Amino acid sequence: MNVVFFEITLLLYFLSTTLFLIQLSGWWEKGAQASFAVAGAGFLCHTLALVSRMVEAGHIPLTSMHEALSFFSWALVLVFLVIELRYQVHILGSFILPLAFISLISSAAFPREIKAFGNVWIHVTFSLLGTVAFALAFIVGVMYLIQEHMLKSKHLDGLYHRLPSLDLLDELNGKAISMGFPLLTLGIITGALFAEFARGSFLNWNAEQIGALGTWLFYLIVLLGRVTVGWRAKKAAYLTVVGFAGVVFTLVGVMLKGQNPFT
Amino acid sequence: MNIVAVGLSHRTAPVELRERFAVTEARLPEALAQLKRWPGIREGIILSTCNRVELYAVVQDTAMGLESLSEYLVTLAAAVGSGPLEPHLYRLDGADAVKHLFRVTASLDSMVIGEPQILGQVKEAFEAALLEKSTGVVLNKVVKKAISVGKRVRAETGIAEHAVSVSYAAVELAKKIFQNLAEKTVLLVGAGEMGKLAARHLISAGVGRVLIANRNYDRALDVAKRFKALPVPFAVFREEMAGADIVVCATAADSFVIGPDDVRKALHVRQNRPMFLIDIADPRNIDPTVGALDNAYLYNIDDLQGHVDLNIEQRLREALTAEDMVRAEVPAMVAWMKSLEVVPTIMALRRRAEAIQRVEIERVLAKMGALSPRQRELVEELAAAMTNKLLHSPLIALKAEAESPNGSLFAETTQRLFDLEKELQRLPDVPSSESAHRG
Repeated sequence: MNVVFFEITLLLYFLSTTLFLIQLSGWWEKGAQASFAVAGAGFLCHTLALVSRMVEAGHIPLTSMHEALSFFSWALVLVFLVIELRYQVHILGSFILPLAFISLISSAAFPREIKAFGNVWIHVTFSLLGTVAFALAFIVGVMYLIQEHMLKSKHLDGLYHRLPSLDLLDELNGKAISMGFPLLTLGIITGALFAEFARGSFLNWNAEQIGALGTWLFYLIVLLGRVTVGWRAKKAAYLTVVGFAGVVFTLVGVMLKGQNPFT
Repeated sequence: MNIVAVGLSHRTAPVELRERFAVTEARLPEALAQLKRWPGIREGIILSTCNRVELYAVVQDTAMGLESLSEYLVTLAAAVGSGPLEPHLYRLDGADAVKHLFRVTASLDSMVIGEPQILGQVKEAFEAALLEKSTGVVLNKVVKKAISVGKRVRAETGIAEHAVSVSYAAVELAKKIFQNLAEKTVLLVGAGEMGKLAARHLISAGVGRVLIANRNYDRALDVAKRFKALPVPFAVFREEMAGADIVVCATAADSFVIGPDDVRKALHVRQNRPMFLIDIADPRNIDPTVGALDNAYLYNIDDLQGHVDLNIEQRLREALTAEDMVRAEVPAMVAWMKSLEVVPTIMALRRRAEAIQRVEIERVLAKMGALSPRQRELVEELAAAMTNKLLHSPLIALKAEAESPNGSLFAETTQRLFDLEKELQRLPDVPSSESAHRG
C-alpha cells in the first residue's frame, strides 16, 4: 500500500513542480492556488505513504537511503506549506517543490527494502531536519541574492514582482539557520553516540564526519555573526549559500557509500 | 427608443472648460431632477468627475434626444464662456454610447489608464440617480453592466497593476526592500513639494516614524507638525541617517548633500540592515557612487520615472485585452435594448385583440337570447381560439425579430397594420424587464 501512495505522491509532486515552474516564468499568474492545492494533496498522500510504510514495516521508516530521502522530501514540502500559510511567499514553492521532487525521485532510485543504517532513526531524523532547515536557508539566500541584484541593477520586472521583500527573505534565512543549527548539533551528538555504541569510538575521521563537523562549525560562526556583529542581509545570504555546499558534500559522502556509516 | 450620450472629457476639452460644467456632489440631486423633467428624456444619469462631464439618457427619438441632451448640458455651465462649445462635445448613441460608458467605467478612457477612482465615481453617479429616480429599466441595467464589466477588467487584466506615478513607485520599491513599513523610519531631507508628496505616500503606506530636516528650520517645524513628524536640524541630519531606513532627499541644493562617506558611516552602524535612498531632487542631491555600496539602494528621479514608464507601457498592453473584453459585452446589451422596443407593440396587440374579442362576444351573446352556461362557454372559447390562432404568427415573428436590426421596423409595421396607436398610448411609459421576457 505504501508503494501506491508513494507513486501517487511522486506524480503529484511532479505536477506541482511543473505548475510552480510555470508560475516562476510568469505565464500563469492565476495558478497560485492550483499549484498550492496540488502540493498540499501531494503532502497528504506522502504522509499516508510514510505512515503506511511504518505500519507495514513495523519500524520507523528511516533506516535506508530510500526512506531518508523520502522523509527529507516530505519535511521540505511541510516547511513550504507552513511558510506559505504564514507568510504567503508563493514563489518559494517554485524553488522547494523541484527540490522535493528530485529528492523523492532519487529516493525511488534506491532499493526499498534494505535496512542499511540499522536502527539509528533518532540520528537520521535530527540530521535530516537540520538539512531541511539549511536547504531552506540556502533557497531563501538564493532568492535574496536574486532580488538584491534586481534592486541594485534597477531591473524591476519579472521576478522582481514575484519575489518577496529583502527583509522577509532575511528573516526566513535567520530563522532557518537558528533552527537548523540545534538540529544539526543534536544530529551530530546522537551520531557520535551511535558510533561509540557500534564501533567503540566517537570519531574515526571519515569524510562525512569531517564534513559534518566542518559544516557545524561554519553554521556556528554564521549564527554567532548574525547575533553579535549583524551578519545579516546580503552577507548572510552569501554565507548560507556557501554553507549549503558543505551540507551537500556531507550528504553526497553518505550517499556514495550508500550504506551504514557506522560499520 | 435609444440610449444617447453627450459629454466632454480630458480628451476633448481643456480643464478650464470642464470645470465650468462640473456638477458638484451638492448640486447633483437638483441637476438629476431637472434632467428627468427635461423634454424628450425618459431616463438620465450624470457622470461628473474632474476629467469628464457626461450625460447618458434614454430617449424616444435619437436625433431629437441628442439635441435635447446637448441643450441640457449647456444649462449646466456655471458661467458662459467665450468660444463655441461644439468642437469640445461628443455625441454618441446606441452601441457607441453603451461602449463608451463601458470603456469609461473600465478606466480605458482615463487620463491614467487603469486608475481606480473612476469605477467608484460611476457607482456614486448611479447611486445618486437611483436616489432621484432619474434612471429606469434601461439605464439601470446598462450602468450595472458597466460596473460589473469594469470590475471584471480590473480583476482579470493587469490594467491596474504596478505603480504609474513616481511617488507610488518609491512606495512599491520600499515594500520590496522592507517587509513591515510600520517598523521603519523615513528621513525627509528638504521639505519641498516633491519631498512632501513622497513622504505623504510613504506615510499613507504605513511608515512608522518620519524625521524632517530642512535648511530653514521653521519650515521643517511647520511641515513636521502637519505630518506628525519629528523635525531635525539640518546641520545634524547625517547623524540621524543611521536610524533611517528610507532617506528621501529633495533639497534645492545644486551640489550633493549626501556623499558615500555619510552613507558608509550610517551603514556601518546599521550592521548590514538595508537602506533605501531616494533622490528626487533636480539636480541630484545624493552622490551616485552611493548606489555601489552594499545594502544601499539608491534610486533617483530618472530611475523611478523609467520604472513608471515601463509600467505604463505594460498597462497599455493590458488595455488591449481589456478593450476586447469591453467590446464583447456591447452587442448583448444593445440586443436587449432592441428587444425592449417590440415589447410595447406586443402588449398593445394583445390588448387590442382582447378588446375586440370582448366587444364581439357581448354583441353576439345579446342577440342569441337564453343559452346554457356550457353554450356560453363554447362561444367564448370559439372567439378566444380564433384571435389566439390569428395572432400567433405575428407575435412569434415580432419576438424573433426583436433583437435583429429589423426589430423597430417590424414593430412599426405591426402598429400600422393593427392600428395600435391608441393602445400604445394607454400603456405605461416603460415596460418592465420582466414583461420583456414574458412578452
